[in-house]
Amino acid sequence: MNIFAPIGRVFLAFLAETGRLSLFTFSAVTHIVRAPIYWRMMWQQTLRIGYFSLPVVGLTAFFTGGALALQIYVGSNRFGVESVVPNIVVLGITRELGPVIAGLMVAGRVAAAIAAELGTMRVTEQIDALTTLSTNPMKYLVVPRLVASVITLPLLVLVADAIGVFGGYVVSTQSLGFNGATYIKNTVDFVTNGDVSSGVIKAAVFGFVIALMGCYNGFHSRGGAQGVGAATTNAVVSSSILILAANYFLTSVLFQR
Amino acid sequence: MAAGKSPKIELRGVKKRFGPKVVLDGIDLTLDAGSSLVIIGGSGTGKSVTIKCILGILTPDEGRIFVDGIDVTHARGRTRDAMLKKFGMLFQAAALFDSLPVWENVAFGLIQGRGVGRKKAREIAIEKLAKVGLGADVAQLSPAELSGGMQKRVGLARAIAADPEIIFFDEPTTGLDPIMADVINDLIVSTVKDLGVTTLSITHDMASARKISSRIAMLYAGKIIWDGPTSQIDQSGNPYVDQFIHGRAEGPIKMEVRR
Repeated sequence: MNIFAPIGRVFLAFLAETGRLSLFTFSAVTHIVRAPIYWRMMWQQTLRIGYFSLPVVGLTAFFTGGALALQIYVGSNRFGVESVVPNIVVLGITRELGPVIAGLMVAGRVAAAIAAELGTMRVTEQIDALTTLSTNPMKYLVVPRLVASVITLPLLVLVADAIGVFGGYVVSTQSLGFNGATYIKNTVDFVTNGDVSSGVIKAAVFGFVIALMGCYNGFHSRGGAQGVGAATTNAVVSSSILILAANYFLTSVLFQR
Repeated sequence: MAAGKSPKIELRGVKKRFGPKVVLDGIDLTLDAGSSLVIIGGSGTGKSVTIKCILGILTPDEGRIFVDGIDVTHARGRTRDAMLKKFGMLFQAAALFDSLPVWENVAFGLIQGRGVGRKKAREIAIEKLAKVGLGADVAQLSPAELSGGMQKRVGLARAIAADPEIIFFDEPTTGLDPIMADVINDLIVSTVKDLGVTTLSITHDMASARKISSRIAMLYAGKIIWDGPTSQIDQSGNPYVDQFIHGRAEGPIKMEVRR
């Protein structure tokens, strides 16, 4: 057996997949600006992706902010600089944890839902049926999800930022003995527009990744229930990995020193 | 009609393969306006692929496809939109949109594809539902609440909602009991007669094929091996066709049974 054959096969399959994904992305993006635009679908998806993700994102942000405050307190206590807790909490939340936590939670919730829904539509020929009813599936299914996700994720991250900082505030004032007014003043004085907007930019990119991976995997699912299951798993795994990778690159670009 | 001379649909040397597997190996087929053609053939012989190639859901590797004399093989944008507006299709498992109520399914092509107002579209939908024997009370239900036969009827109503010139039927009777299958066959025959449309159906149900077609073509190994009027199918003199229409396990067609 030639050991290079399987390596080559995997490599070729990888290239083919990358090519397919690139074409799909290109097609999806170019369809955003071409009529008709399905406003009703866009609104529906904005509710489903954005509004209904609020509880999940809010809860995780709250507990993350709280845990962050505790850890920073323990660390800074050793050097007697506990006063940095509000500053580091707000920095950590707005720059990194807000967008990443919100992104990962929405990836689990939304990428899975999109892939399962579109995957089922694919295997039951509903996507082909759209075509025969003079409706472009790219425009009707993919564009609304993509646009809704790119718009709502930054908004979700702003909410996550606020709740995350609030989580840190609650823990700091209730169990670490911080003064509430001082904590808020330190937070507000320290945080800059750049901290928040960098997180918002990241969020928009994550939103794109989530909807894209959900739609792509759903569109290309094959062979019934098992295929839809595989598409759902792939959507969540690939969007999560891409979010973390994109987060690293965006951080290195946005915070160049 | 300006294009009265050219056939409604014409396929010339259409080839399609998936990886190493050749599914269509040079299909030549013409459909005159107002005719009813049924393509028969075993499972996996490329019947669905043929239909998907005509609709442009799949692109053939070779050959050309004409609709009303216009080459639509690689049609995109407006040409394709205009071409698709001529078609209606009934899918094998009905392929109703489960997120929408029945009436919106029927009216979908009108609302989304043609910009008809929702109120007007609803009226048309209820009228089309009546044509397939469903009352207005069904309109508000979700497709999941319907039986298989009712779903097929809704699918038929959806296919005819926008008054297409050509209707495709993909296995219209598969999965139905014999009586419901015959009801659907009757519905197909009567709607086709009423609307004067051209139809292309694919099926392996011979009773259905005989009833809804004026012509039958048999697809085997990626080629059309027989093509003639429905009345002559029993005298085709073709051993492949004979084996298929009588459903014999023994004959020139060998089923691929993997070990």
